[in-house]
Amino acid sequence: MSQSLARNPQLGQWIRFLEHDRVRIATGKVELGQGIVTALAQIAAEELDLDPDQVVMLSGSSDNGPDELYTTSSLSIMDSGSAIRQVTAEMRALLVERAARRLNCAPDDLGIERGHFHIAGESTGQSYWTVTEPGDLEREADGTAPVKPHASYRIVGRPVPRRDLPVKLAGGGFIHDLDEPGMLHARILRQPGYSARLAGIDGIGDHVRIGNFLAVLGDNPHAAEQAAKRARVRWTGERELDPTRVDAYQLLDLPSRDHHIGADFADTAHDNELTVSRPYIAHASLGPSCALAQYRDGHLTVWSHGQGMHPLRHSLARALDLAPEAISTIHVDGAGCYGHNGADDAALDAALVAMARPGRRVRVAWSREDEFGYEPLGTAMVVRVSAAVDSAGRPVDWTTRIWSGPHVNRPGTTSGHLLAREALPDPPPQPVPTDPPLSRGGGATRNAIPLYNVGAHRICWHLVARTPVRTSALRGLGAVPNVVAIEAFLDKLAAAASLDPVEYRLALLEDERARRVLREVRDRARREPGQGLGFGFARYKNMAAYAAVAATVTVDEAVRVEKIWCAADAGLVINPDGALNQLEGGIVQAMSWTLHEEVRFDAHGVASLDWDSYPILRFDEIPEIDAWLTGPRDQPALGVGECTVGPTAAALCNAAADALGVRILDMPLTRDRIVAALLAGDDPAP
Amino acid sequence: MAGTWDLEVNGQAHVIQAEGSEPLLHVLRDHLGLKGARYGCGLEQCGACMVLVDGDPVHACTRRLDSTAGHRVTTVEGLDAPGLLAAFLGEQAGQCGYCLSGILVSVKALLDRTPNPDRATIAAALAPHLCRCGVHARILRAVAKAAA
Repeated sequence: MSQSLARNPQLGQWIRFLEHDRVRIATGKVELGQGIVTALAQIAAEELDLDPDQVVMLSGSSDNGPDELYTTSSLSIMDSGSAIRQVTAEMRALLVERAARRLNCAPDDLGIERGHFHIAGESTGQSYWTVTEPGDLEREADGTAPVKPHASYRIVGRPVPRRDLPVKLAGGGFIHDLDEPGMLHARILRQPGYSARLAGIDGIGDHVRIGNFLAVLGDNPHAAEQAAKRARVRWTGERELDPTRVDAYQLLDLPSRDHHIGADFADTAHDNELTVSRPYIAHASLGPSCALAQYRDGHLTVWSHGQGMHPLRHSLARALDLAPEAISTIHVDGAGCYGHNGADDAALDAALVAMARPGRRVRVAWSREDEFGYEPLGTAMVVRVSAAVDSAGRPVDWTTRIWSGPHVNRPGTTSGHLLAREALPDPPPQPVPTDPPLSRGGGATRNAIPLYNVGAHRICWHLVARTPVRTSALRGLGAVPNVVAIEAFLDKLAAAASLDPVEYRLALLEDERARRVLREVRDRARREPGQGLGFGFARYKNMAAYAAVAATVTVDEAVRVEKIWCAADAGLVINPDGALNQLEGGIVQAMSWTLHEEVRFDAHGVASLDWDSYPILRFDEIPEIDAWLTGPRDQPALGVGECTVGPTAAALCNAAADALGVRILDMPLTRDRIVAALLAGDDPAP
Repeated sequence: MAGTWDLEVNGQAHVIQAEGSEPLLHVLRDHLGLKGARYGCGLEQCGACMVLVDGDPVHACTRRLDSTAGHRVTTVEGLDAPGLLAAFLGEQAGQCGYCLSGILVSVKALLDRTPNPDRATIAAALAPHLCRCGVHARILRAVAKAAA
């Protein structure tokens, strides 16, 4: 039984029968632009023999839906999908049996079409809606009802259009658009750091102040924005950064908690090593965070685009000293978040203002500057891989060494808290850094163990307790730098052994599914004269989807990506077009990280507060992308949303090294680094 | 200065009472309830707020009300481009969708002027727009299909 179902065993937490031949399916996972709600509806329609248009989805409701924690880590199809499959299979079995009793026939005699029972094509007058009884929803799933065999699927495995896209193409559908007359609009004048204290305010009108939390108010968004611009706020006690020190390599000098995972150190000397780095990067959601809240008759309702409404309810309860039952959290779609951005923090902002203005509905909107300035960043990382090789040039003993800040600072986990709590009287202590264990895919250690046969292997992991800025989950967590390091190192070892890089990898891979994706991209990838060609491969978290990527690039002043090929094996795919969209999106986002992205700092914190100082990939840099799904569809579904980011970054770094003849080891691959690498020149690329 | 301004939006005449300096984006979203144009940066850097003024793509986040009065404004809600929508739906050219209304606006202006643009021309017309989900390749395909 899936963890989601074990946590929410009652069938009624997942399914309701509605009028007009419709069924409501509830999920704790939320739409972040990844198409999950559409795919989950397909699963329910499949098991219940409904058409997808009969399935109404309820997503992210603390009051009326299951608690499935956060929507993260490419786990939604595995968690929520398997729970919904099981729940709908049990409900179907229950109702078929009851209908058969009523109709005095064998369950196998019954056919189902759009939820109506037939016998030999003849209507029976009975349907799910006529035979269901209130007590059905009280039952607990026991995990025993058989689910449909894959071979009989007619909805799962077919491309189904996204449910939410028509509304969004028509200009609606976002939390930012919720509006009602008389709503109060707030902007937050944010405490510029944990230790900063509010020392003086001038030029301020209607506002809410609680300790060092300060919100200015207006009757419309423009008025609130103008009020924020007019306000003159002085802070004291701000701890300044030394911006020249805030980079990936600073992590080597900061205090850390050190972990050792895997084999003991061998006596074998590691004559080969390679070190890569990634800077701090931003989620950089296109739509800054937004939340609405209303406190009425002792009950707080919060509308949020966060990734988990149940965890948010608990975090708000802790911050506001309310009982969780006194809070309802409701998900409304926001712009894509790609991990833990400002969404949850905006929710507490709105709640604080709402509690200070009982009865009023309050809307908090972050500015672009707020979003870049206060979102938790993806941590910088340094990864050093080293190995001893045998006489054939193959690794026989392998170490991955990692320096990283925390990848998870989510509120509701043991470590994190909502940002505005730091401004309230009696602030919580600074979070104790944690990272998911390897058994759950790891954080900094994500994909740090190669899937390749590298002999004895180990991870030495330095978890830096206090990064100079707040960091938390960003798509892929540590997978990108780890996969880049591993794949760059394999190119280097292959070159040292005078072997073709793909053949070298295939010789180290036993898993046939891994070998297939790598062979398929190798067979399709074509390099034109003057181009560099590079490959990257990983199985995300070593347990989700497999992806191999090939890239061709040309390099002059910048790296220009000419073409990308990507083969991915995700086992059973619910919505192939949705999965491809995720593969492609991951490819483009990883291109952007690898070529452009780096958060800049000044003494006050993040200094890259707009899209000029934090450039991302643009339309004129988009290559042709040839992505496809392969592998056995009768195998369990494997999370697909993040599987291309590591292999893409690796393929680009390897292709750039191939084109340049020297390797750039620090991301992003900027013009300055290209020039420096060419001038240095003496560290030959693979 | 607070005043009264005539504004034609999506073919409808409106009289707006507001400061002349108020950004067009606020007028559209908060006076007229047209939520399609979106706030992304307020700096003309992301394109989420794009609207047409007399047929030309304009960043509504910085465009002032007083300089727009008397002109024709078209938002995504008033684009009247069913072929374009069908092409975007056909390609499933979207993930979170936050960038899409601005992109549709720019594409409409492009296709009105250049009925058969090649890929580079489409990409150039979309240069003012950011998409963070990485749907670019699908969007480029959808525009090419809409043009065909």
